[in-house]
Amino acid sequence: MGSFFHRHPRLTPYLLLAPGLAWLALFFLIPLGFLAYQSLQSGVFPNFEFTWELSNFSDAISEYREQFFRSFLYAGIATVISLLLAYPLVYWIAFRSGHWRNLFLLAIVAPFFVTYLIRTLAWLNILADEGPVVGFLQTIHVLGEGEGLLFTTLAVVAGITYNFFPFMALPLYVSLEQIDPRLLEAAKDLYASPRQAFMRVTLPLSAPGIVAGTLLTFIPAAGDFINAELLGTPKQQMIGNVIQAKFLESLDYPTAASLSFVLMAFILVGLFVYAKLVGTERLTG
Amino acid sequence: MNPRLTRNELLRRGAAGGALLAFPSILAACGGGDDGGSTDGGELKTVLNFANWPLYVDEDKPTTLDDFTSQTGIRVNYFPEINDNAEYFAKVQGPLSQGQGIDRDIFVFTDNSRFPGILVNEGWVQKLDKDLIPNFENLVDAQLSPPFDPNREYSLPWQSGMTGIAWNEDLTGPVESIEQLFEDPKLNGKVSMLTELADSVGLVMLANGDDPGSVSDDTFNAAIERVQAAVDSGQISRFTGNDFAQPLTNGTFAASVAWSGDIVQLLADNPKLKWAIPSDGGMIWTDNMLIPTGGSVPTASTYMNSVYDPAVAARIAAYVNYVTPVKGAKEELAKTDPETASNTLIFPDEETLAQVKQFDSAALENDEYITLWQGVLGQ
Repeated sequence: MGSFFHRHPRLTPYLLLAPGLAWLALFFLIPLGFLAYQSLQSGVFPNFEFTWELSNFSDAISEYREQFFRSFLYAGIATVISLLLAYPLVYWIAFRSGHWRNLFLLAIVAPFFVTYLIRTLAWLNILADEGPVVGFLQTIHVLGEGEGLLFTTLAVVAGITYNFFPFMALPLYVSLEQIDPRLLEAAKDLYASPRQAFMRVTLPLSAPGIVAGTLLTFIPAAGDFINAELLGTPKQQMIGNVIQAKFLESLDYPTAASLSFVLMAFILVGLFVYAKLVGTERLTG
Repeated sequence: MNPRLTRNELLRRGAAGGALLAFPSILAACGGGDDGGSTDGGELKTVLNFANWPLYVDEDKPTTLDDFTSQTGIRVNYFPEINDNAEYFAKVQGPLSQGQGIDRDIFVFTDNSRFPGILVNEGWVQKLDKDLIPNFENLVDAQLSPPFDPNREYSLPWQSGMTGIAWNEDLTGPVESIEQLFEDPKLNGKVSMLTELADSVGLVMLANGDDPGSVSDDTFNAAIERVQAAVDSGQISRFTGNDFAQPLTNGTFAASVAWSGDIVQLLADNPKLKWAIPSDGGMIWTDNMLIPTGGSVPTASTYMNSVYDPAVAARIAAYVNYVTPVKGAKEELAKTDPETASNTLIFPDEETLAQVKQFDSAALENDEYITLWQGVLGQ
């Protein structure tokens, strides 16, 4: 094998890429093509026919505008909160935690050894009306008598934030951890205030982590349905819930497929806008 | 090409890869699957693969399944893998639509969903071998001719259950009507209904004085509007499956539309839970055993015959607390456990049966109704 690579040096990168490309083709491109084909079908389960049914797309947008909007709103809020919570936390872990660094990192990841569903179900008990959190908040009069947390927008957004937090924290940590402390010393030597040093050295150097973290959080959060399903009510249903219901309950595969495509398109457009705003050099490091 | 990836680059590529993978489209990559066996159901096997709902067969040793094995030599693999009709149907429809088996000899679907009808009409299930089921004569008369299988050629009932209202006594007095469930200000925000259309819409139709056994656009819309109004007013906080149990016991819900057997099971640990058929009537439904393509008809039929023995049926019903479709089971149970035998949730008397209705099976297949109901659920 080694001699093969020596004899055909130009082929080497392609051979190394081949398993990854095959994986992508098999598990992403082919299903995507199948989904596109299905999204243009019409008919009643199980007898769908390919009819270039473009109205599936316009119907998908006009009928489920509310759920699309909600998905992006909730995912956006969850991403911003995650960023605001994660940045100081991992900053402290990266620069100040000393020997205990790995332990703290493990602590961030530890809840995720439990499956997604169980983690979310746990919130049903934590936030229950007769539970400790609601009881405490009622005692300090943040919540009125008879008010609760479960099955509210707050519960859904909190659930999403909690479930996607590590996707924000870990990339951020990697980008902060590799900052050379000498750069901060140099900034200080050049009379930068701590605030200036942060704004002009730390923040720009951690930008790739912020970008990666926001994408890794926002994109799956926008398609999430578990949190709205378990912690929400009909008034908090997201587009993921609609897609799930169309696939499973209504057996309306064409509409479900076109909804998936519309979601994908919205996210891609969002990505491009985001890339333009933060500048492509941030995305590419 | 730079042979070394910087960490930065790795991060970036990871993000890009993650972005691609996160698309929900992958959900749709279904279908295919391995071939579960031949479509010829002719041969008696030594193993029976039985898919059913959780907590839906007796578990005290030796179980009725153990006894079946010692009598026939057929080992039973019991898979409690069905949590939701729609979800399970989505899982099996791929292979079945390709004429492939699913490595199961019996599976169970509820008649208040449209799935038994689809399975029979599409030919995805096999006919029973009634020569092997002499105990068929023990099937109760009310179950002889369901709309999806008028001659019981493809299916036999496993258990039936009733849909009514459950409440938590710590939080409220008796809740015995839909009117009270939807309008009592003390229950505001603490009410749940079932996501199953037939259960929830059926109860409301009864409360409206309409017949859920024969649904028209007007009666359906009237029921939908009433539920929607209760959602809009904040009275109903959620729609659930079996998962009403936890919030109802911990006090997040005060009252829930619920299935009878679940409450009998929950009562053991939570005596404060109560359940009643609403004053305007409740709903009844039946889970049906069917033999999917690829399943062994003789093996499955042999098993079905065994559970239609009244003594066996009595043991199962007494454990799972649902309504048995087998004649004589009550009398068998009365010999050993007279208290359970007199429980009208398990062995409903004439009076109880007069209060419950079955949902219109044609309405279950109406796409417009399904879409309207999904709209109430916010989907």
